[in-house]
Order: sequence, then C-alpha cells, then structure tokens
Amino acid sequence: MSLRIPCPTCGGRSVHEFVHGEIRRVPDHLTDPDERDLDFAFHHDNEEGIVTERWFHAQGCRRWFEIRRDTTTDRIVEAGES
Amino acid sequence: MNEFVERQMKLTWRPPKKSYDVVIVGAGGHGLATAYYLATRHGMSNVAVFERGYIGGGNSGRNTTIIRANYGIPAAVRFYQRSVDLYRGLEEETDRWLMHQQKGILWMAHSEAAVRAERMRAKLNTEFGAETEFVGPQQVHELCPQLDMSGGGRWPVLGASYHPQGATARHDRVVWALAEGAMQRGAHVHQNTPVEGLILDGERVAGVRTAAGDVAAGAVVSAVGGHVSRIAAMAGLRLPIRTHRLQAFVTNHYRQQFGPIVASSELFFYASQTARGEMLLGAEIDPQPSFSYRSSHDFVQDVCRRALCLLPFMSNLRVLRQWTGVCDMSPDYSPIMGQTGVPGFYLTTGWGTWGFKAIPAGGEQMAELIATGEVPELIAPFGLDRFARDRTMADRGSAGTH
Repeated sequence: MSLRIPCPTCGGRSVHEFVHGEIRRVPDHLTDPDERDLDFAFHHDNEEGIVTERWFHAQGCRRWFEIRRDTTTDRIVEAGES
Repeated sequence: MNEFVERQMKLTWRPPKKSYDVVIVGAGGHGLATAYYLATRHGMSNVAVFERGYIGGGNSGRNTTIIRANYGIPAAVRFYQRSVDLYRGLEEETDRWLMHQQKGILWMAHSEAAVRAERMRAKLNTEFGAETEFVGPQQVHELCPQLDMSGGGRWPVLGASYHPQGATARHDRVVWALAEGAMQRGAHVHQNTPVEGLILDGERVAGVRTAAGDVAAGAVVSAVGGHVSRIAAMAGLRLPIRTHRLQAFVTNHYRQQFGPIVASSELFFYASQTARGEMLLGAEIDPQPSFSYRSSHDFVQDVCRRALCLLPFMSNLRVLRQWTGVCDMSPDYSPIMGQTGVPGFYLTTGWGTWGFKAIPAGGEQMAELIATGEVPELIAPFGLDRFARDRTMADRGSAGTH
C-alpha cells in the first residue's frame, strides 16, 4: 500500500499525485547572515519523528496544505486545512 | 546466519576498551572499510567500530550491489573508478570469495536527447579513466538479447553507453571480509552497542558515549547511514542531508542467463540478475523524507510497468522479495567525506543511492585522511565545506537511480 496523503479538498490520494514541500526553519542561534543563508539554502532538520510539512496536490486540486507526519513510520498524525 | 558466520570466521570478540586512537560509528561497508584500510595501509589497529545492530545490517544489506564508475563529473568518475579498481583486487587481497562478477552495464537511450547525453557520458568517462563507449542498437541487442528493442513500441532503444567494468558483488561477503581483515589485525568491532552521544572537550570531539560506557578517542568518524543528522547534531553540526527510502525487489529464478546490468534513465529503473538467477530491480527514491523501512506495493507495480517495456519476459516471473533501505541524500547528489570543521570529528555520508560501489575507495581515502591528517586529492572536492564555498558537485543525472 502506498502512502496516502489526506488532501483537504480531494480526500486521501496516492503520494504520487503530490509534490513534497519542506518547511525550512533556520535555527535562531545562527546569527551571522552568511551562516543563515547557507543554512536556508542547504541544511535540513532531517528530523526522526513528527514533522510539519507542506504538500502540493499537483495532479488534483493544485493547492498547498500542511500535514503532520511521523517520519519513522510514515503515519499521518494530523491532516491539515487548505 | 549471523552467528553462523561469526563462528565460521573464528573471530575474537573483545569488550570495549576505555580508549582508542580511532572510533568509527557504524559497522557498515564504509565504517568497516575505513577500519580495514587503517589497519592494512597505515598500521593503525587501535581502532574500534561501534554498531547499534549487527555488521552490515543497515543499508549495506539493503542495496542492489552494483559497482560502476560511469558518473557525470570528472571528480566523481576518478573517485568511483578507484573504487572499481579496488573491488577487482579485493578478493585476492582479503582471500575471500566476494562473488565479484564483472558484467558490464548498459545505460539505454530512448530519445535523441538521451542519445546525446549517453554519447557525452561515454566521452567524459573515458577521458577520466572509466572505460565507456557508446554502442548502437545492434550491439545492444548482441550484449543483451532479452531486451525488447522497440521498448514496447514507446521506448525504442536507440543506443546505450556501455561500461564494461560494471560489476556486482555479494554485499554481506564484502562487509564480513572487511570486518575479518580489520579484526585479524587488531581492530575491535562492537555489535549491539549503540553510540548514544559524543564526548566533547571544548570544541573538540574526544570520544563517544555508548551503551557499554564512555570511550575516549583521538578521532571519531561517523560512517552512519540513515541517522547521520542525529550524530552530527551531537557535535553541533547541521547537515545538508535529507533521508529518503529506497526500495528494491527480486523476482523468482529466471532460467536464462541475463548478462549485463541494464539501466534506463528515462524509464527510471535498472535490472540485473543475481547469482541465484533472480532478476533484481531497483528504481528511484521515494518522494517523501522518511526513516521507515516499510516497502510499498505501488513501487512494485510502478517499476514492473516500466521494466516490462524493455524486458517483456519478466511478465512470466513472480515477485519474490522486496526490501527498503534509507538513503542520506545530499543536495548535489554527491557524497560528503572528510573533515567537518569540528576538531576530531570526521564524516563519511551523503552516500544516497550510490554507497555500495564506493565502499573500498571511501574507506581507503578516509583512512588516509585520518592517518596522515591531510585531505587526499581524490576526495578533496567532496568536503562538507563545499556548500559554504559555493563549490557543489552536481551530479544528479548519473546518481539518480542507483
């Protein structure tokens, strides 16, 4: 069974219809502007656990929405609103 | 099977010491190769490898064992060619049968644009030491008669780049041979001993906290696959790494011999035959970042649909086994090796979907770096600092599938 993404408009659809969008957060402890740029451009939290992320329903309603997903199990913890 | 191997090899398993010259985190291919080359090339055997599970139980046991050097940028071609060369001599060197088999790899082109790309790849590879030639449909057919040259009518094979040194080897034999070679020369391997933290002495990484107590170290090397961001965070580092799943599967036994490894970057799959006669198929990573080892049915469905365009005989086979590994993807699809800016802490990561083929060269170069303190020329372009210096090593085209 493939990962199903709960689209608030279209309901649960296969992950292949969507584009994944990471929410980039530069940590507050980085203060140097160059370091913040570098972090924003390249670095990832790459968190093991529950993450908030955005998805774009490219082959459906073509809207962005947020969900919360556990990256260790791929379970959707919380479906979001558009 | 693991206990069987351990008994057969007559290895001595010792408890961790209080201190080592070098501590390596992760007893997969890269960690063990680093220990092996430290012992064999630099006489450094006061080395320990800590592993949270068992030897080769992570992504070294979850790949598709393809060895090749036909990459897309000069630095990568040189590096992987070094690995191909080391692999060819590894059986003799370790005195172990690694089931290394040179098969050649055909990288198929189904459009004029792809023909141009493959011609260019052949030229660039040959120029930098990895023998590759562009072959026309007739030669492709001779090299691999099972291919449907019309590609099911939709994906005609217009040619391919042929890399005769492409090979496969048995993954667990490789990791165990390296573990044995390192241990016989005095290195320690500690299985079931997770590293839970790093010991910091000011800025410097001075050891590891393990489930079996604290261990001091002159140098700590992270050769972790899949959880490297967590280890790096212990040293205060943020990495340009995102972890994705990569799946693969094998079919039941195919009666005929299937000679080369075949790949298609337009159909996004590759196939080879294992020593047991199974057809082994792989494709690209899953789209979402994930640490889950679950496999999915849609992957098999999708890859079969694409593979059947070129390999119609596979419709008579059945899927036997499917598995998943997790890949540390770097933003430029090239590995990250070397110093980290944190004294005493080294990284070998970003092995994405191309880690197995790089095991000997990665280990050899990391060992040289640790032993001499100087960055070897071969891996200098792959340092972690390349992102800050705006010197990324973009090579997505050749690493996209495996």
